[in-house]
Amino acid sequence: MAKILILLAHPALERSRVHKRMVSAVKNMDHVTLHDLYELYPNFDIQIPREQDLLLAHDIIILQHPMYWYSGPALLKQWLDLVLEHGWAYGMKGTALRGKWLMSAISTGGPEAAYTLEGHHQHTLKQFMLPYEQTAKLCNMHYLPPAAITGAHKLDDTAIQQKALQYRALLERLRDEPLDLQQAAQLPNLMELIQLPQA
Amino acid sequence: MEHSLLFQCLVYLLAAVICVPIAKKLGLGAVLGYLIAGVVIGPSVTGIMGENSSEVMHFAEYGVVMMLFLIGMELEPELLWKLRIPIIGLGGVQVLLTTAAFTGAAYLLGLPLKASFAIGMILSLSSTAIVLQILKEKGWMELSAGQSSFSVLLFQDIAVIPMLAVFPLLASSDVHTESESHTLISGQPGWVQTLVVLGAVIAIIFAGRYLVRPLLSVVARTRVRELFTASALLLVIAIIVLMTLVGMSPALGSFLGGVVLANSEYRHELESDIEPFKGLLLGLFFMAVGASIDFKLIWAEPLLIIGLVFGVMLLKTLVLTICGKIFRLSKDQDLLFALALCQVGEFAFVLLSYSRQNAILPNDTVSILTAVVALSMALTPLVFLFYEKGIQPIFLKNIQQEEREFDEIDTKHPVIIAGFGRFGNITGRFLLANGIQCTILDNDSDRVEVLRKMGYKVYYGDATRNDMLASAGAENAKLIIIAMDTPEQTQEVVKLVKKHYPNMQMLVRSEDLTDTFELMDLGVVRIYREYLDTSLRMGVDAMKLLGFRAYASYRSSQTFLRHDEQAIKGFSASRDDRKQFISTARDRMEELTKQLQIDKVARWRDGDSSWEAETMREEARIDPEEKNIQ
Repeated sequence: MAKILILLAHPALERSRVHKRMVSAVKNMDHVTLHDLYELYPNFDIQIPREQDLLLAHDIIILQHPMYWYSGPALLKQWLDLVLEHGWAYGMKGTALRGKWLMSAISTGGPEAAYTLEGHHQHTLKQFMLPYEQTAKLCNMHYLPPAAITGAHKLDDTAIQQKALQYRALLERLRDEPLDLQQAAQLPNLMELIQLPQA
Repeated sequence: MEHSLLFQCLVYLLAAVICVPIAKKLGLGAVLGYLIAGVVIGPSVTGIMGENSSEVMHFAEYGVVMMLFLIGMELEPELLWKLRIPIIGLGGVQVLLTTAAFTGAAYLLGLPLKASFAIGMILSLSSTAIVLQILKEKGWMELSAGQSSFSVLLFQDIAVIPMLAVFPLLASSDVHTESESHTLISGQPGWVQTLVVLGAVIAIIFAGRYLVRPLLSVVARTRVRELFTASALLLVIAIIVLMTLVGMSPALGSFLGGVVLANSEYRHELESDIEPFKGLLLGLFFMAVGASIDFKLIWAEPLLIIGLVFGVMLLKTLVLTICGKIFRLSKDQDLLFALALCQVGEFAFVLLSYSRQNAILPNDTVSILTAVVALSMALTPLVFLFYEKGIQPIFLKNIQQEEREFDEIDTKHPVIIAGFGRFGNITGRFLLANGIQCTILDNDSDRVEVLRKMGYKVYYGDATRNDMLASAGAENAKLIIIAMDTPEQTQEVVKLVKKHYPNMQMLVRSEDLTDTFELMDLGVVRIYREYLDTSLRMGVDAMKLLGFRAYASYRSSQTFLRHDEQAIKGFSASRDDRKQFISTARDRMEELTKQLQIDKVARWRDGDSSWEAETMREEARIDPEEKNIQ
């Protein structure tokens, strides 16, 4: 069984619709650690050794956050800047994260169709996640396609709740069964790994 | 008779209202003002008050009784425990040594041993009321001399109890006491009297615990506020009556009453009830002391009296200096400590009248000593002035000269910290921890010594003096952090810096709103209100405990801070508005309410609409193509 670390970065979780439900869906899972960055570091004073120890103790790292301006919220960037130190996470001697998995779990307000080459954002979500993908590579980690919940503005509460359960099922799958990386890399959205029971 | 009582009140209040402001204007302090008022209305000068001095002393004793009650109430057990080492050590040594010295002196002057011992004890006491008030006025309570003085005074206040118990033993058995017919125990041998006194003391303590407390809780339940004051007074008067009955001093009785109440859970309520009376009663007491100075006696034997006054004060100073030395006070603090306590205290009047009643001392000795004690108290404010103007500058100069010799070259630190108390201390340590060179100015010599030993560059001295700032390198410093012990001192430094070093940036700590406004008037831009950040941090934690998100609470506190600063600046912009703002307590309450309402209306917590924006959701609903949606 793999150990999963969720690094949650949401500056206003109390007013979120999607992430609040995602969090309650995965909160009490075995072998899943939920790490709420904005709750722990409201003044951005990230404690590096503590974060690095957490990374070492897990196999799959999930960056869970809403998409803000085609990227993550500010604290997530601060976290990457501080925690992934040269000589620890990357560089000639930086092998601490070698072989671990990195994945993004994101939400967008706009619909999935908007995040295509023809859609009005003109790029796919996978393309927008390029900085994270390359970060994983530099740290010798395996990168997974993003698990995305899209079109959140138009989802009603039941729909969101269903997506949250799908997210939980995805984590169970990642935790319990080894994954074929080649096959998974083909998917545009890792959520597709889990088939929703037809309503 | 009614008319005469009202007339007496009129005279006392009028004298106080006229003399105290004048004395304050002249820089003599309120205590001396009251004393002078007393002298003026007393029998020796105008004689408006009381044709004979006993009438005035009657008033004085009432003042003493009430004051002792309040002093007794302030003897918090916790405080006593915290200060037990300086109190028992320093206080004990002082009382023992001084008593011994004066007993010896009196014996050598030809008085009998018992009388000498009584005089020794009487003169070993200092004046709590005068000294504490002056130390507070000058802002010297925090100095080590101030703390030591406080401890010694506390010990003396407690030491009075055993002294009063011992006094009957000193009465020569063949002399009949004046007040024989009034008390139950006069005429008994000394040891019986001592036993009775001790018994009464113990009875009061027990009754206070097991009788008065339940009574007070019944009174408290009625929720009639004035009934509380009434029962406190009832208690005191009951004790006084009891004490008089067994032939003890009513002053001691009320002191004990105070101590009993200090132990009770109603202490703070009682204190706040009686607090308003306190100042006035003290004033009355000081006036009575002034009035009781028998100038006829002084005119009759001026050299004797004046010689005695100076002799007593000198000997006390000497003994106190030795005590300070034993307890390792630095030289200037030791001197301040000794001079502060070199007068004889108000308890002496109590003990003297007790000695007269019990014929421990002959009448004329008591009269002379009363005059000596009163004069020594009257001289106390002058002694403080002498220290401030005459002695302190010498020490300042000495240390400055030392500085110049030692560190002429490396005085080019970018930061000066004026005041290294609780506040400046933290700022200073933070800067030093970041490797920033600071020059620290502080007027507590002990603190200075410790810091020097740790290798910090500290000047002992008063930052309100220009030469001090100059020698601290103000010419070359980039900024000065001003966090003096009192707002007045802080403003002094601000004015100095503005005048002589306009290029140096000022960061100034302020205590409250009034203080903040005054600093703004002086043109200070960077003002740091003392508790602002801490209280907000506390608020943030409270919100978190209530289940709010940490980041939301944190941002909310930052917004509140910004609003608050803006509101303060708004109030300060119009001078008249602000005057009104701080003029009365009621206005202040109104402004506070207004401020809170502004906070509510501004709804600053909703400022974070960039995340989870409601408007974006709206648009997504209206715009089928969702072109402008993230």
